[in-house]
Amino acid sequence: MASLSVWRRLVGARVRADWQYRTSFFLFLLSQTVVACMDLAVVVSIFSQVDSLGGWSGVEVALLFGLSGVPFGLADMTISQVETASRHIKAGTFDLFLLRPLPTLLHLSATEFALRRLGRVLQPLVVLLAALVLAPIDWSLETVVLLLTTLLSGTLVFGSVWVVTSSISFWTVESQEVANAFTYGGSLATGYPIDVLGTWLRRILTFLVPLAFVAYFPAARMLGRDEPLGQPSAIAWATPLVAVASVLVARAVWSLAVRHHRSTGS
Amino acid sequence: MRLYVEVARRTYARISTYRSATVAGVFTNTVFGFLLAYILLAVYRQRTDVGGFDATDAVTFVFVAQGMLMVLGMFNDTEIADRIASGDVVVDLQRPYDHQAWWAGVSYGKAGYYAVFRGIPPFLVGALVFHLRLPSVGDAAAFLVSVVLAVGVAFGWRYLLQLTAFWLLDVRGANQLGWLAAQFLSGAFVPIVFFPDWLEVTARALPFASMLQLPVEIWLGRHDGLSLVGVFALQVGWVLALVLAGRHVMGRAVRRVVVQGG
Amino acid sequence: MTEPVIDVAGLSKSFTVMRKAGRVRRRREQMVAVAGIDLHIERGAMVGYIGPNGAGKSTTIKMLTGILVPTAGRVRVDGLEPSRARTELAKRIGVVFGQRSQLWWDLPLRDSFDLLRHVYRVPAERHAANLQRYADGLDLGPLLDVPVRQLSLGQRMRGELTAALLHDPAILLLDEPTIGLDVISKEAVREFLVAINRDQGTTVLLTTHDLTDVERLCERLLIIDHGILIEDGTVAGITSRYGTERTLVVDLAEPGEPLRIAGAAVTRVEGPRQWLRFRRDEVSASELLTRVTAQVEVRDLSVEEPDIESIVREIYRR
Repeated sequence: MASLSVWRRLVGARVRADWQYRTSFFLFLLSQTVVACMDLAVVVSIFSQVDSLGGWSGVEVALLFGLSGVPFGLADMTISQVETASRHIKAGTFDLFLLRPLPTLLHLSATEFALRRLGRVLQPLVVLLAALVLAPIDWSLETVVLLLTTLLSGTLVFGSVWVVTSSISFWTVESQEVANAFTYGGSLATGYPIDVLGTWLRRILTFLVPLAFVAYFPAARMLGRDEPLGQPSAIAWATPLVAVASVLVARAVWSLAVRHHRSTGS
Repeated sequence: MRLYVEVARRTYARISTYRSATVAGVFTNTVFGFLLAYILLAVYRQRTDVGGFDATDAVTFVFVAQGMLMVLGMFNDTEIADRIASGDVVVDLQRPYDHQAWWAGVSYGKAGYYAVFRGIPPFLVGALVFHLRLPSVGDAAAFLVSVVLAVGVAFGWRYLLQLTAFWLLDVRGANQLGWLAAQFLSGAFVPIVFFPDWLEVTARALPFASMLQLPVEIWLGRHDGLSLVGVFALQVGWVLALVLAGRHVMGRAVRRVVVQGG
Repeated sequence: MTEPVIDVAGLSKSFTVMRKAGRVRRRREQMVAVAGIDLHIERGAMVGYIGPNGAGKSTTIKMLTGILVPTAGRVRVDGLEPSRARTELAKRIGVVFGQRSQLWWDLPLRDSFDLLRHVYRVPAERHAANLQRYADGLDLGPLLDVPVRQLSLGQRMRGELTAALLHDPAILLLDEPTIGLDVISKEAVREFLVAINRDQGTTVLLTTHDLTDVERLCERLLIIDHGILIEDGTVAGITSRYGTERTLVVDLAEPGEPLRIAGAAVTRVEGPRQWLRFRRDEVSASELLTRVTAQVEVRDLSVEEPDIESIVREIYRR
């Protein structure tokens, strides 16, 4: 697909440009890895005090951690940087994206691709692999397919959350912090069994901001757990549909935001 | 001295204009408060006590801590470093005031504003859903004193971290790592009483506990009499140590100033 | 009759601005940036677009390129409606900003050109041919492997021009392309623009504050002020009609009262220096100087040409 080819080249250009500032790149990479380790350290600290959380054992929570951490990291690397839209608008450089014959979302995300955020993928990946080995998973073709589609879907869902929250900056440039509540907060919430959260919060994460589909439902299915949140465990297969829906919503919100920007010029 | 108070006042006024950013920040803090509170409560379904904290202590801790994060400024902040990197610091150093004291004024100005407008709201919202512990009058007063000292400790750390700009071309990496360590070891993610023993002991020996963990423990009524004096002494000690370290490093930096132009 | 390549009728744009009304409340106000412009530019024309800052120039350009959606009016650029067909139009326009770069800052110049080939989907042979032609014409050969951030402003501007033209756009829009350039670079840019307009029939729309750009390049001049097109004609016509005033700046031996000279008015006094405004068609500079030296001793002098701002001011005053 032609768009993919352009995306690839723009990303390549960005990576090569960042490579010019190697020290900065590696330092950031390191700090991202440390950030991910901090998240892990919190989980480990909690499990130094108890053996299970909300009915999930340490290894099972590790699976959740990996299944949410890897997609989060991938989304962080590929699309989170559309949050720089507000910076571009303030500097007046967003116009440049409107002058090129490309969709602005594609152009912006490719131009701001952040390979340096790879650190946020690697560490959860390690945890995920360990969890896959240690957790009581009934391995089958279904499980493998579920795993792969879940990782991709999770990335799309997190990416969509990022796009939607970044779109806010087209209306109010100052409220970027709200985005953090959804993105980083979302990452925090999905790394733990959603059972532990209050009912109202569980409902939000299932129906409104469908983060429960990123890791919780798939993990429950893979672990052979029945009735997660009172739903049949096959609900895990709804994850790809949720991902597609999220992407559509995200694209619509972004288009709306750009149209607003083009009407008001601010 | 009056100059630095004025700096604080002006900073307060400047920050107060960013109203929607403040509201957005409160929202984020509140969301994190809820998430962390629920996670910790899940632990308390199996134990009644962790490191001397009961469930109410833990949840109260989370909301007070979220309120305090911005007061302490425990985030990647490059105001000072930017001026060093651009070379503007040379102008600042020629002015007839103390560089470190100036920036301390800025920190306290921000702390004052955030204490009211970002410190209190998350707690109020949390109190609607959870049972939160309120301090006794004595503890409240001690808490305020402790927070004032904590802001000083956090400032000392911030100043030191940003001085690395004299040596590092890009200070963001070191800055982020420095605050990550500080956040984690100060109890911002999870109260340090949840750490394995060896880690908790280490954390208490570091300045970061004096930023967050200790003041909140005072709020929870866990330090009285001699213990309280001990906490204050520790905080004062860290303020002095970090401030003096900062002045020392600044002195060395000035002597080998490398101006980053263009 | 062929359709004009830029066809604009009744183009308007207003913004809603929040104004403070009292200590807390804020009031919504409509700020009109462009107030009903009619514009027809033929294919292959080279047009200058000038006006004071804040007159509505950039707003107009933004509406022509699809960056901004008009509040009212009709816009057709190369037959397309910019706000609806943004990406299609983008393939047919080239834009050069004097103050902002479109190139990839940290990469060699060559990489920017190559990336743009993919962004604009230009066939490889055509791209290579264009690149060869512009690289030769603008002498970019030795610069192709230099990172953009290391180029001088003049070199970078030549790169920007090439970048804007590699996909053979029908229209070239330039926003202050010669700003900050040295005299030699300015000349190079101007010659290049004349050449591509002549050889390839590229329509050129140029916004600038530099009067020499206008004189050298533009057969036609549009002047905008306060959102209204106040002049639309040939450069020769406009400058001869309006550029009649000049200023003689004299440094007297010592400070004194403003001079009283027939045919001139003192507009400013700073110590021993006085500014005398006069009309070129009424009195010549040398004649005026004679009248001045008849009254006082002159240590030094210079003559100031009218600039765009003063011409526009004058036009607006009428």
